[in-house]
Amino acid sequence: MRSGTAIGRVRGLGSAKSGTHHWLNQRLTAGSNFLLVVWLLISILRQPSFDYASMHLWLSNPWAAIPMVLLVASIFYHMRLGLQVVIEDYEQDQNRVALLVVMNLFVFTIAAVAIFSILKIAFGAAA
Amino acid sequence: MAARNTARPLSPHLQIWKWGPNMLVSILHRATGTGMATVGAALLVWFLAAVAAGPESYATFRDVFTLDSGRLNVVGYVIGIGLTACLFQHMANGIRHLFMDVGAGFELKSNKRQAQATIVFAVVMTVAFWLYLGIK
Repeated sequence: MRSGTAIGRVRGLGSAKSGTHHWLNQRLTAGSNFLLVVWLLISILRQPSFDYASMHLWLSNPWAAIPMVLLVASIFYHMRLGLQVVIEDYEQDQNRVALLVVMNLFVFTIAAVAIFSILKIAFGAAA
Repeated sequence: MAARNTARPLSPHLQIWKWGPNMLVSILHRATGTGMATVGAALLVWFLAAVAAGPESYATFRDVFTLDSGRLNVVGYVIGIGLTACLFQHMANGIRHLFMDVGAGFELKSNKRQAQATIVFAVVMTVAFWLYLGIK
């Protein structure tokens, strides 16, 4: 790569074409997070009990299982976008790449476990 | 990235500015977001996986946060109140950010007032949430 100023090196290369994608999706998921979290907080406040039977009964109802899957998808995507910015702000070079990979593994793994668990409860036989 | 020449002065950074509520809620937004993304997300997944795995797994999960009587123990209160306070602060400041995204609320006074309002909202909502949960 030729030397020169930072602007000189990128001039003429065209835009990355995805500059606002991250920013916009973070805002859109902020909105869906808000609605889904309000649902979750009201659901928690309305629980008659927090024992196993109540929790299982609650999550086996489609009216709870579906918003819970949406909540995991929306929040974990928002979380991935947010953690990415934090890592990019504080880490450089190899550490940045390594942490971004680890962060993605973490988010996708716990999202898979969460969604699998909700579906297992929802599709499983009544306990 | 090239190493910094230590002979050269740093530009004025955190320690030189007078702290204001807008700076506080800015860093709190990041701290609460990161806290919920790690501790909160891990606990949500553990809760869901424990309910999915059956009564014994759920009992193990519940024992960490409750006494034998079924009431919350110290860990349960610290994590429960901590996470709800983080959530309400992040939620209020997130809404503030959406307004700032359209260019509103950048005047010094209103910006400061809105930053203070997010903290008031977070405290009031956290107290209300736990009072309701406690007296229900």
